[in-house]
Amino acid sequence: MLYVDHAATSPMRPEVWEAMAPFVGDSFGNASGLHGVARKAKNALEEAREQAASFLGASPMEIVFTSGGTESDNLAVKGAALVGGARGGVVTTAIEHEAVLESAKFLEIFGCPVAVMNPQPSGVISIDDVLNAVTPETAVVSVMYANNETGICQPVAELAALLNGPLLHSDAVQAFASEPLHVDNLGVDLLSLAAHKFGGPKGVGPLYVRSGTNLEPVMHGGGQELGRRSGTHNAMGAVGMTTAMASAVDQRAEFRTRMETERAAFELKMVAAGAVVTGSDVPRLPQHAHIRLPDATNETVLIRLDTAGVAAAAGSACQSGAMTVSHVLAAMGWDAEVAGGSLRFTFGWTTQPGDGLAAAEALLAAWGNTS
Amino acid sequence: MKVLVAMSGGVDSSVAAAQMVEEGHDVIGVTLKLWEGPNGEAPTAGCCTVSDSEDARRVAAQLDIPYYVLNYTSAFSQGVIDKFVDDYLRGWTPNPCVECNRSVKFDKLLNQAAEFDCDVLVTGHYARVQETGGQYRLLRGLDSSKDQSYVLYMLKQEQLAKVQFPVGEHTKAETRAIAGELGLRTALKPDSQDICFVGRGDYRDFVDGQTDVATSPGDMVDTAGNKVAEHTGVAGFTIGQRRGLGVTFGDPRYVIKVEPATSTVVIGKKEDLETVDCVLSDLTWIGDSHEGSATFQYRAHGEPAACRVEATEDESWLVTFDRLQLAIAPGQAGVLYQADEVLGGGTITRGT
Repeated sequence: MLYVDHAATSPMRPEVWEAMAPFVGDSFGNASGLHGVARKAKNALEEAREQAASFLGASPMEIVFTSGGTESDNLAVKGAALVGGARGGVVTTAIEHEAVLESAKFLEIFGCPVAVMNPQPSGVISIDDVLNAVTPETAVVSVMYANNETGICQPVAELAALLNGPLLHSDAVQAFASEPLHVDNLGVDLLSLAAHKFGGPKGVGPLYVRSGTNLEPVMHGGGQELGRRSGTHNAMGAVGMTTAMASAVDQRAEFRTRMETERAAFELKMVAAGAVVTGSDVPRLPQHAHIRLPDATNETVLIRLDTAGVAAAAGSACQSGAMTVSHVLAAMGWDAEVAGGSLRFTFGWTTQPGDGLAAAEALLAAWGNTS
Repeated sequence: MKVLVAMSGGVDSSVAAAQMVEEGHDVIGVTLKLWEGPNGEAPTAGCCTVSDSEDARRVAAQLDIPYYVLNYTSAFSQGVIDKFVDDYLRGWTPNPCVECNRSVKFDKLLNQAAEFDCDVLVTGHYARVQETGGQYRLLRGLDSSKDQSYVLYMLKQEQLAKVQFPVGEHTKAETRAIAGELGLRTALKPDSQDICFVGRGDYRDFVDGQTDVATSPGDMVDTAGNKVAEHTGVAGFTIGQRRGLGVTFGDPRYVIKVEPATSTVVIGKKEDLETVDCVLSDLTWIGDSHEGSATFQYRAHGEPAACRVEATEDESWLVTFDRLQLAIAPGQAGVLYQADEVLGGGTITRGT
């Protein structure tokens, strides 16, 4: 099996699994309790918080543990707009993950002004467009670090330097494995991550919340995470996540080189066969290849790849499993037919030398016999 | 052999898939997503619902075969829904299952099966295909009460060469028994009765949603053209209908004709519904063309009527019955049989 769908999720790293094992056993406690069993979980949780903070250049209290990228995005966008009963505005982009776009739609129901900006045809958002959409009512601007379908990076730090007033949130769920994400360098107030995208477990992620930033909680209950996110702590997940972060940070330089090499091998071979690379002239995540096969139907090609043992994707995974036209490509001005010939190959920590070429050869075979 | 099984999430296609696996074939299961709501949501009632595709997915997992949901919404919309509404608006009785088989299942999906390197497309239809000396014949399913050969009349030799209907060799009871023995979760699932894209709602409501013609009030007239009443919309009427006309006479009255263009409903007596012949257009033959005696079926589970068929000068076919027939609706499929064998069929363009 050749797994080239790391943008959907990555397998868990063995050291992560190992670090989590005690929490299935003796360290099962509820971190909010008073006794020894609880303390074990609490200590592990707070240690994880410190580590997570250190990897992002943040301080521990700025880390809120959530259930992952979607929840972090929800808390950032809704929490910022609704704080203290306000109906703050949201400015975002049409290429964001549904977690951001649907949160914005939800806020619109309650009267929050929402502006959704299309990217430029290159797939990169225009900083001017975003800044021009900001009004005194705007509570939060949400621009992703890198797009989950195309891998195209967005000018978050440049935007941060020019943005005055509203909070800046960035969904960096795709980026942690390859990008040094330092919250001060990025200039963000809120940053979403998900552990399972870099070899950690599913169901856990941090939301970075800059010190002094008030958010209305989305999840109400026992007041965990300083009231910012109620619900029994997932100490096991938090430990797994920071273990994965440590490995990813450790291997980042080597990872980037390996990804660039494999992707180049993949894309070179595909371009020679007539494929078109999306975003080849703009900054992209090195593990991300988004290509368009002229006259191909991605659904057919993906099924042929699957039957050949290659796991790839077209865009983000969808609930019913049926393919739909990507909102990201539509926002970039692609018509449905062109978008329907596009595929996403995303490499990750398990990718080995030679996988890029193997992926291209499998794709050529799958593409070859279709018309 | 590599086979593609179209799985609806019902018991018939579940058993069809299971049989293919038992026979040792390399099987891929697919469900066609045919229809969705305005926000892209799957229907929650009728066929093609989320729970149906989940049933198909679970059966595929149990059989350990790859399974995919294919997005056929635009093919279905163009090939079936648009024609459904058009037919309706010209006063015809639409037959969406025939159109779906014609333009979706045994055209686009059959072509896609080849793209997946599959030699054969398998469905859960109750019908049989027999081959002798390179000639294919389409026969009724062994279970006459479940026979679906009527909606498959448009299949041609090159299509029949690439399709198989495993459950057509069984009675429905046998199919359920096989599903039960294999422990398939769909063994006891009730048969779907609805038009798949209309669900449990009324097809009139569906047409209403697509156009406003169906709800325009108009006149109800007798066969001489005299106005006898008013009605609230042609959508409420179908040829042969007796109940719910909103008017009463000494003896029963039936809907004879529906004219959406003028919002007119024509009613008459039973004898006005009777006809000795009808005209078939766009007729296709399974094998050689046929003239002379045959039997004729003009409803999904209708009794076949003895007839004679002959070509007309305008490339249509005239079907003359041995005995008068009732309420033959234009738009419906008319299928010619000889005993259990489908000879061919077409669209009824002139009926009652």
